[in-house]
Amino acid sequence: MKIIVCAKQVPDTTEVRIDPVKGTLIRDGVPSILNPDDANALEAALCIKDAAPDTKVTIVSMGPPQAMEMIRECLAMGADDGVLLSDRAFGGADTIATSSQIAGAIRKLGEYDIIFAGRQAIDGDTAQVGPQIARRLGIPSVTYVQKIREIKEKSVVVERQMEDGYEVLEVQMPCLLTAVKELNTPRYMTVSGIMDAYNAQITVWNHNDLGMAPENCGLAASPTQVLRSFTPAPKGKGEMASGSVKDMAKTLVDRLSEKHLI
Amino acid sequence: MAIIVNKEACKGCRLCIKSCPFSAITLDDQKKAVIGMACTECGTCVEKCPFHAIEKTAAEKEKADISAYHGVWVFAEQRGGKLMPVVIELLGEGRKLAQQIGTELCAVLLGENVADLARECIGYGADKVYVADAPELKDYTTDAYTKVIYEAIQQYKPEIVLCGATHIGRDLGPCLSVKCETGLTADCTKLEIDPVDHKIMQTRPAFGGNLMATIVCPEHRPQMSTVRPGVMEKAAFDPARTGEIVTLQPAFADGDLRVKVLEIVKNLENAVSLTDAKVIVAGGMGLGSKEGFDLLAKLADRLGGVVAASRACVDAGWAPHSWQVGQTGTTVKPAIYIACGISGAIQHVAGMKDSGYIVAINKNPSAAIFELADYGIVGDLYDVIPAILDALG
Repeated sequence: MKIIVCAKQVPDTTEVRIDPVKGTLIRDGVPSILNPDDANALEAALCIKDAAPDTKVTIVSMGPPQAMEMIRECLAMGADDGVLLSDRAFGGADTIATSSQIAGAIRKLGEYDIIFAGRQAIDGDTAQVGPQIARRLGIPSVTYVQKIREIKEKSVVVERQMEDGYEVLEVQMPCLLTAVKELNTPRYMTVSGIMDAYNAQITVWNHNDLGMAPENCGLAASPTQVLRSFTPAPKGKGEMASGSVKDMAKTLVDRLSEKHLI
Repeated sequence: MAIIVNKEACKGCRLCIKSCPFSAITLDDQKKAVIGMACTECGTCVEKCPFHAIEKTAAEKEKADISAYHGVWVFAEQRGGKLMPVVIELLGEGRKLAQQIGTELCAVLLGENVADLARECIGYGADKVYVADAPELKDYTTDAYTKVIYEAIQQYKPEIVLCGATHIGRDLGPCLSVKCETGLTADCTKLEIDPVDHKIMQTRPAFGGNLMATIVCPEHRPQMSTVRPGVMEKAAFDPARTGEIVTLQPAFADGDLRVKVLEIVKNLENAVSLTDAKVIVAGGMGLGSKEGFDLLAKLADRLGGVVAASRACVDAGWAPHSWQVGQTGTTVKPAIYIACGISGAIQHVAGMKDSGYIVAINKNPSAAIFELADYGIVGDLYDVIPAILDALG
């Protein structure tokens, strides 16, 4: 079986802080990590490889040259090879342009049975690129996959997470599945994996390699534009309770009744 | 569809079927080629057809004329024959947008036997409801819903399409945006419209809620947004309202529907509807253990509310994902939000900051949650909550 995993290097947004004076993001010293949902996507692919060792797992990512580190991390976990789309022309891409570039790379890679992607990346939280790649490749997709029940000859039976339960779906292959964290627990890198990954050759493609004109890539091919960005205004500080625990509890109940909330 | 078959010229020779790299072409009853959902508009078939019966229409031309697009559409998501609450919020918000640019508000409703829901949409403010009623549409599937709504968008050309940012809306939206080659802004929390050029300014949290970004889609139509449930104001229901119902005629060919729904399982145990709750008692790592939620449940029961959790608790396995409030969980707007042992990480705050009255209980007096609380109690929640229960009598 041939599997492609879409992965993204993201800043660890749980480490991002706001500069209280300037109101801007403090990004210095914020580590870059493999996007958490993408780690689940990779783990799902590696589980299939564990059961069927002739499976080949290829990582596809887009980002600056430093994203190579993240691809090496994926190789150290057990992926076979990786492709990084890295080009100035790809910069400023929204999800429409990103999905077109990644779909272009996957077409160039040729045949595949399953594409795994994370549900969403923690820097953008859009959850769009996975299903958009599938539409561009003309293959069916299932998002929010929380369990893979069975891989049949021509289809996969999966559970799709819903807000209030789940659906059991059977999807024809080739297909694209997006992983949620409930799908599995990503494995650690192995020592020998790290050694091999350090020396591995990682392919880098630019717009010429994908046969795409620069005006069909990146910002130029993005329907959406960021008009402005700002930090959310903090709400004014409220009242701090004082006195004994009993007093504080009583005042709270008084406040709630004053406001007709209870 | 930008690949078009001229039925008169097609001789049914099947060469296009063989040539298609995506198995997107089938023959209909009259032995004429039909382009299916899997089509990526690659154009291989155009060259292969010996009768020049297949042509690729220039997508550029369609894109250029954005003035042909009118009306605000709301995806009327239904599950099990019931409208999702977010649809009523979208109709409320959609009405405001439609009013400012003097256009109509429409709902697009897919399902089986959904005539009653169409009338409900009108009661909530839709001037027009596009209804597709078919057994294939009973439950949501990506392929069927994308096909039917995409075709309706092509035919009726709305300038704005709003979907709820539910697990279904966040699956459908991206697929529609690719089919229409237009922009989609995810998880919007605020929509404003320019009354002159009809550009919607879509504000959404980015960077884990550390930053808000306002996104526009100036040159492509429709402008599409998914909108967070629980953020917009619900439309009022008026049973006397009248509106028009437009019936769509969905048709599916072999190969159009590639995902089969085998079963839908409802998780009754965790049937907490956080978005609809008036009172939420939320727990964080300060609870110290899973059992701490039992105490929160007592307070929630007493106040007629529900229990929620921070992401850390969900990650620790103390609470199910359906309880999670925050950036990657649910956005809530209850009248009372009681945060117990929650430090107030920005990701959590993004999901609850618009609550009516925020109470914070935390041992750490410098916890960030106090910056936002209307009423802050510094203390051990295991002392404070029993005291609140006593005070409530």
